[in-house]
Amino acid sequence: MEGIYLNRAPFDQELKVLKERLLEMGGLVEKALNDSITSLKELDQELANRVVEEDQHINDFEYEIEAAAVHLIATQQPVAKDLRKIISFIKIAGDLERMGDFAVNIAKVTRRLEGEKLIKPLVDIPQMAETAAKMVNTGLNAYIDENVELAYTLDDMDDQVDAFYKRILNELFEIMAKNPDTINQAIQLAFVGRYIERIGDHATNIGESVIYLVEGKKPDLNT
Amino acid sequence: MGIEVNNLNAWYGDLHAIKDINLNIPKNQVTALIGPSGCGKSTFLRCLNRMHEVIEGARVKGEILVDGEDIYGSNVDPVTIRYRIGMVFQKPNPFPTMSIFDNVAAGLKLNGMRNKKKIREIVEQSLEAAGLWDEVSDRLDKNAMGLSGGQQQRLCIARTLAVNPEIVLMDEPTSALDPISTHKIEELVHRLKENYTIVIVTHNMQQAARVSDNTAFFLNGEVIEYNTTKHIFSNPSDQRTEDYITGRFG
Repeated sequence: MEGIYLNRAPFDQELKVLKERLLEMGGLVEKALNDSITSLKELDQELANRVVEEDQHINDFEYEIEAAAVHLIATQQPVAKDLRKIISFIKIAGDLERMGDFAVNIAKVTRRLEGEKLIKPLVDIPQMAETAAKMVNTGLNAYIDENVELAYTLDDMDDQVDAFYKRILNELFEIMAKNPDTINQAIQLAFVGRYIERIGDHATNIGESVIYLVEGKKPDLNT
Repeated sequence: MGIEVNNLNAWYGDLHAIKDINLNIPKNQVTALIGPSGCGKSTFLRCLNRMHEVIEGARVKGEILVDGEDIYGSNVDPVTIRYRIGMVFQKPNPFPTMSIFDNVAAGLKLNGMRNKKKIREIVEQSLEAAGLWDEVSDRLDKNAMGLSGGQQQRLCIARTLAVNPEIVLMDEPTSALDPISTHKIEELVHRLKENYTIVIVTHNMQQAARVSDNTAFFLNGEVIEYNTTKHIFSNPSDQRTEDYITGRFG
């Protein structure tokens, strides 16, 4: 009367492929974020243009992952953890896609500053971006290993990003107050801070998806 | 009050088919029993209306309280229990020589009801409740075997409802039916729980997920997990439940 363990090889294989695609997508987003910040730091127009162009790949990935997930739901009637996996694919792909858009926004700031000189050497913004990139990476690693503990570390990292943002804004206000000629660029840089801050929030969403995937409950990591 | 099962055990000769089951089945809800073949879910179902003991060598030990009364009490008549706790089987089994009308009326007549007007009323109500009235009202005197499989199954449900049970047990009621008939039965189950407590055995996981409020996962004669259907199908607590419902274990 003992049951037997069955092999759902084709289904499991498709889940695996989907996970790999999601990680590829994550790699592209990390690169887009890094490149966008480099383009800003060095006002490298060519690099900024590349970030904008390559965002199409990221969008295509989201579409592909979504379509594959819908196909699996329609054909495999997943339940329990299988279903949570697929829901997580869709949600994480959505978060990554948004992050890609923010990288594009940053690259567009680089474009807008073409021919200008930076009002100050960028120190905090790259560091903030580095922390946000680390969050993306941490979120994806937590996802690969289904590591809930690691996912929870995103909460603190997000606080760091938020603190950076506050500091950057204060600094920009000071610069603007001293020299109104800097206002245009300072506002652009403040936007960049805002974009990075949003990327951090989407990274915490990935952490939340990991916890949902493993435990079936949804915590709030963006506190 | 629904059904309260305490320390229920059942045997076929030496085979211990049901082991120490404790389960509270809520009133006016649908409770699904799932699990691989041979796990004891149908045996358990048959214990609920004292059908298990009719098999030679079969035994039951334990307590099943319906509205607080033990249906295995010494002064309880099993026939009365089977009226109060009706059953619908896997394969539709109308009485083959009887008309549609007589199939539904059979239980009433067996019970000694003679009032023709009353019988007619109950037959119509039961067919209505089983969602079959509109399809058969113009041919009640025709033989029941002329109905499609899905209609026959709804006829059997009407026959069960005619004797006014409190609880309806269903043993894989749609496994022999096409998708449309299955859908009709599922819709019916959903509607019936307003007036009846329903326990359904099904091998169709999606059906359990669709129609039931609670799900019990059986394995090797034991209940591994019993919880709301929502919990079982979104985040089961036991790995064996997870493996079974995701199709990795059977």
